[in-house]
Amino acid sequence: MMTSGKTLEEVLRADEEKVLDEWLQAQMATRGMRSDLLSRQELREQSSRFLRSFRDAVAAGGVDTSGQAYAPIRQQLEELSLDRARQGYTPIETATFIFSLKQPVFSRLRERYKSDPQGLADSTWEATLLLDRLGLFTTEVYQKGREQIIARQQEEMLELSTPVITLWRGILALPLIGTLDSARTQVVMENLLQRIVDTGAPIAIIDITGVPTVDTLTAQHLLKTVAAARLMGADCIISGIRPQIAQTIVHLGVDLGDVVTKASLADAFSVALKRSGLGVQHVRDGHSASQAKRVETEEK
Amino acid sequence: MERIPILKMGPYLLVTIQIDMHDRLAMTLQDDLTDRIVAARAKAVLIDISALEMVDSFIGRMIANIAAMSSVLDAETVVVGMRPAVAITLVELGLPLGGVRTALNVEHGMALLKARLVAAADDTDGDSAN
Repeated sequence: MMTSGKTLEEVLRADEEKVLDEWLQAQMATRGMRSDLLSRQELREQSSRFLRSFRDAVAAGGVDTSGQAYAPIRQQLEELSLDRARQGYTPIETATFIFSLKQPVFSRLRERYKSDPQGLADSTWEATLLLDRLGLFTTEVYQKGREQIIARQQEEMLELSTPVITLWRGILALPLIGTLDSARTQVVMENLLQRIVDTGAPIAIIDITGVPTVDTLTAQHLLKTVAAARLMGADCIISGIRPQIAQTIVHLGVDLGDVVTKASLADAFSVALKRSGLGVQHVRDGHSASQAKRVETEEK
Repeated sequence: MERIPILKMGPYLLVTIQIDMHDRLAMTLQDDLTDRIVAARAKAVLIDISALEMVDSFIGRMIANIAAMSSVLDAETVVVGMRPAVAITLVELGLPLGGVRTALNVEHGMALLKARLVAAADDTDGDSAN
């Protein structure tokens, strides 16, 4: 059995144009071809560049794809897969780039070994192995690219999902939206505590209207946040508890202790105002019928 | 030997922890503070830990203990300026310092103590009237 990949190299060198044309046709024929994302011209450039470095790699390094000779090929494939992963190609569409090269190469080999079935089988097997490995490599890199995207999106979501709002001087609100897992709670907690330090607000309202379900873990996370805020000298009020969530909390036997809970953010806000010695007053206006306007009434 | 200074201001004792606490320092502070409360007949103690960057379970417990001892000696105690990282650590360690009164900064802490002292004075007046 031949292992040098010599025939493969000869085929690639002798019939480069033909292989390229057939390969392009095969790529265009599959449904993986995305003419919206990649023009024919670009694809042709990519393919011929790949074919040339592929030929060089086979000439220099045989069929050992992990060797030094294949470094440029690996880099090219890496760029291509990452690029396609970012552009939204499917794994099949990405891997087709390599696998569709099989047919043109095989037909060239068949022509060459017309009268030598043994040689044909050997060289076909060799080419299959080689292209399979490269195809799998492409898929792996593609996967990595997608994972990077997911990780970045998760980070962005963490940043997005934890705004701390100043409702009034000395009153902060933290509207929570989405499921609370440990990582998010950590970010939420740190954000809130940091804002308490920055603003010197002694009251913080944690609104859980947007939290779909509360389990024991979520409740524990909430209680931890409240405890940490209390240690720093700020009081927390939990608001936005929906009827089902109230039921769940009691059924689970979660002890909220002496944490103040309110059904709505408005209730919590009015408690916070009262504690700060402020109030909301109805003011009748001469022109408009009535207009609610907050009036600060200092306690002292 | 290094010590944490305890300042007296009227009925208040001020303790400002400016360096990272180690175990011996915490023990010394505990002795010094209880002595000073008795000697100065202090009615209120303010412990500022805004410079404290690291705590372990021992220091956390010492803070709770010191605050509890002051309360036993009939001095209102407030711990002020705890950093977010320290607060999170204490909660994760399972030391929520239930009996300790806290405030965001020295200003809030002093206001709290003042209010408590006024309330306590009213109580005493009420008692003596009866």
